Amino acid sequence: MSGHDHHDHHHHDHDNHFTPIEARVKALESLMVEKGYVDPAALDAIIETYETKVGPRNGARVVAKAWTDPAYAERLKADGTAAVAELSYGGRGGEHIVAVFNTCEEHNLIVCTLCSCYPWPVLGLPPVWYKSPPYRSKAVIDPRGVLADFGVTLPEGQRIRVWDSTAETRFLVIPLRPAGTEGWSEEQLAAIVTRDSMIGTGLPQLDAAS
Amino acid sequence: MNRPDAALSEALFAGTPIPRDAEGPVFAEPWQAQAFALVVALQNRGVFTADEWAQALGAEIREAVAAGGCRDGSDYYERWCEALEHLLIAKGLTSHDGVDALAASWARAAEATPHGKPIVLANDPLAG
Repeated sequence: MSGHDHHDHHHHDHDNHFTPIEARVKALESLMVEKGYVDPAALDAIIETYETKVGPRNGARVVAKAWTDPAYAERLKADGTAAVAELSYGGRGGEHIVAVFNTCEEHNLIVCTLCSCYPWPVLGLPPVWYKSPPYRSKAVIDPRGVLADFGVTLPEGQRIRVWDSTAETRFLVIPLRPAGTEGWSEEQLAAIVTRDSMIGTGLPQLDAAS
Repeated sequence: MNRPDAALSEALFAGTPIPRDAEGPVFAEPWQAQAFALVVALQNRGVFTADEWAQALGAEIREAVAAGGCRDGSDYYERWCEALEHLLIAKGLTSHDGVDALAASWARAAEATPHGKPIVLANDPLAG
């Protein structure tokens, strides 16, 4: 939210005014502060974390490590939360992360049909489309059509497996390592791992490598 | 494995194209970030669980879609705020009228605060 201010100033610069929803959020916040459930400084820290420190680059590092370190990949398969914590990622939204590995036979796709559960510590906050009713329903009814919407065509024989996230279990797709990346460093590999490839709506982008 | 709720998905599906975004800012406006952080903080504090929150948010979104509300997800944080308010009411921590009154007080306080000064509730001219 760079360019915005989330303290007590309003973002219009000519006067002070709260829209109804802004006043409502302030009301809920001040109520919880008054009851001692929330510390305003903690709110600012949470916002800062999610805006600057948490994002799909975290997940990309996890994927790159799994590609280059078979022992890490095994640990990631066995216990996603613990393996992700090895890279110091964790916390709210990451209590139970399950890594689902793409194979030549099976492509994994993540959705949350209920609302928008998402592995925050490794992917940041979900994109708009992930939260949208069309994605949430179409991913289940017509996953191949969803991939087509995202410009992804899978090989004929590759099945699609859809995983429905919940508040307890959040999935992270480990895409297949593209051919032609032999000998690349973890850092080079992480650069081609897109957010969408870890949701299953995309594939690693070789042209993203610098 | 998790079994997606096909009936729910079908009910939500209207053939609308999926909105796309770049990897841009995650919050469109500051109040969305505040509302998001508030829910994270209240979960951290154990005021409600992650599951209670997912149920509350899911119910709110379903209701809005069933009522013919917007289907592209752009009203997501409005639903987020309603879910939070309803959950806090269900927990006996506030009431609809209580939030109404406090929101009105904040709105008056904002109007009464000179530009550049922090808006505090005490600036509400009607504050007791």
